[in-house]
Amino acid sequence: MYDLKALYQAGTVAEAVALRLAHPEAHIIAGGSDVLVQMREGKRAGVELISIQGLDELRGVSMEADGTLRIGSLTSFSHITRDPLIRKHLNVLGEAVDQVGGPQIRNIGTIGGNTCNGVTSADSASTLFAYDAIVELTGPDGVRRQPIGEFYIKAGKVDLREGEIQTAILIPKDSYERTFGHYIKYAMRNAMDIATLGTSVNVRLSADKKTVERARVAFGVAGPVPLRAETAEQAAAGQPVSLQLAETFAQAVKADINPRDSWRAAKDFRMHIAVESAKRAFLESVKLAGGVL
Amino acid sequence: MENHVIQYQTVHFNLNGKDTERTVDVRASLTDMLREDYRMTSVKKGCEVGECGACTVLIDGKAFNSCIYLAVWAEGKNIRTLEGLLGPNGELSDIQQAFVDEAAIQCGFCTPGFVLTAVEILESGQEYTDEELRKLLSGHLCRCTGYENILRAVKTTMYRRLGKPMPAE
Ligand SMILES: Cc1cc2nc3c(=O)[nH]c(=O)nc-3n(C[C@H](O)[C@H](O)[C@H](O)COP(=O)(O)OP(=O)(O)OC[C@H]3O[C@@H](n4cnc5c(N)ncnc54)[C@H](O)[C@@H]3O)c2cc1C
Ligand code: FES
Ligand code: FES
Repeated sequence: MYDLKALYQAGTVAEAVALRLAHPEAHIIAGGSDVLVQMREGKRAGVELISIQGLDELRGVSMEADGTLRIGSLTSFSHITRDPLIRKHLNVLGEAVDQVGGPQIRNIGTIGGNTCNGVTSADSASTLFAYDAIVELTGPDGVRRQPIGEFYIKAGKVDLREGEIQTAILIPKDSYERTFGHYIKYAMRNAMDIATLGTSVNVRLSADKKTVERARVAFGVAGPVPLRAETAEQAAAGQPVSLQLAETFAQAVKADINPRDSWRAAKDFRMHIAVESAKRAFLESVKLAGGVL
Repeated sequence: MENHVIQYQTVHFNLNGKDTERTVDVRASLTDMLREDYRMTSVKKGCEVGECGACTVLIDGKAFNSCIYLAVWAEGKNIRTLEGLLGPNGELSDIQQAFVDEAAIQCGFCTPGFVLTAVEILESGQEYTDEELRKLLSGHLCRCTGYENILRAVKTTMYRRLGKPMPAE
């Protein structure tokens, strides 16, 4: 038995919003792989829960008329990895979430939960930052859209307002088109481990594949919330593809990141793996994009 | 506990091929319901926080940790436990027999979970490399066997079902 005080189950988004307003103290539960574990640990003991697990309308990936990729907030990690639209347009996200926990966790854990928990090590987050994802929130006044960088307020805290739930993650076409990306999760074990550092890079090359038109890099666990390293991005934009560029790009990430010491790894070590991972992920992205080194 | 209102809910689902319904406390996990109400004692309580896989069941054909799943979420689902793999007279299924033959069981606490994940793997009808199988099995802990025999049990059954000879190791 879980130590919960009451359970309210929403059947539609509108019901979920109404339940949020009626029970402002209640916590939302989606897949429960954070919430139920924390309840067992006593951190959320005795709370009321609003379950949105039954909202099938929030499951799945689709493409909107303008080419925006829409990922419903309840879409599980294993669903994202298998999804044909993701494989075609945003393979790096499928690759990243395929490194969460183990198979059973990937069947229950949702992308909404992975972003609403505000956790810097969340394996989906760095890729979503690197693609300037938009978070869609639905509340009593309708739908609100917010860039993911503004959605994160501080460690463990996101901008969810009264009565709101997160309903989708959106990736605009001009962000993902003609890009190729790679994610590196640095952890002590291959499975069932939290990232010591997560690095997501993507590049868009010119038609002749000789120039980097745009490069993006974002990290998890390089600061209290996931973050982009824009100095590195600027250093690569418009530059000819080369091994030297990979080095310049990777060294430049140091200007933007601020990892800390923790029992998992020391700050210096995180700095070191951030540079090395940025370089490797950049080189792999360039290769995937057809660039010659 | 003073301010807790006991709340019950009736769930309708299919368990090992039979439609069933139960009225459960909303605080119950799926593990609690399967063990207490249905005596499905193959569903083990290991860590109860999603780390070890001992409580794994198949929900609509996919492996889930029943310890971090609310019992009321079972509504409308098809749930399978190890008990459902047995033949009409308690015969072992091919994958269970393979665990016996390969000495993939010692204390047995992890076995039902591993077998159910193996069922999902086998029912996909796909051929996987050792590396892929290791990843697919990585949501389970075994404190006894060292995993090699478990991997071999799954692999031999995979090749047997695919009708292909097992490649030399
Ligand atoms: C054994 C184990 C291993 C794990 N390994 C990893 C790992 O390797 N990498 C990783 O990133 N994570 C890992 N996790 C953490 C967890 O699985 C993920 O964070 C997952 O994405 C959480 O999703 P959920 O749907 O289960 O969230 P829940 O537990 O249901 O919710 C998480 C938080 O988000 C809120 N929330 C959820 N959905 C919404 C919504 N739509 N709108 C508003 N608020 C919402 C909840 O209120 C809660 O605060 C692991 C967990 C376990 C138990
Ligand atoms: S008992 Fe469920 S994962 Fe350990
Ligand atoms: S056989 Fe004992 S835990 Fe696996």
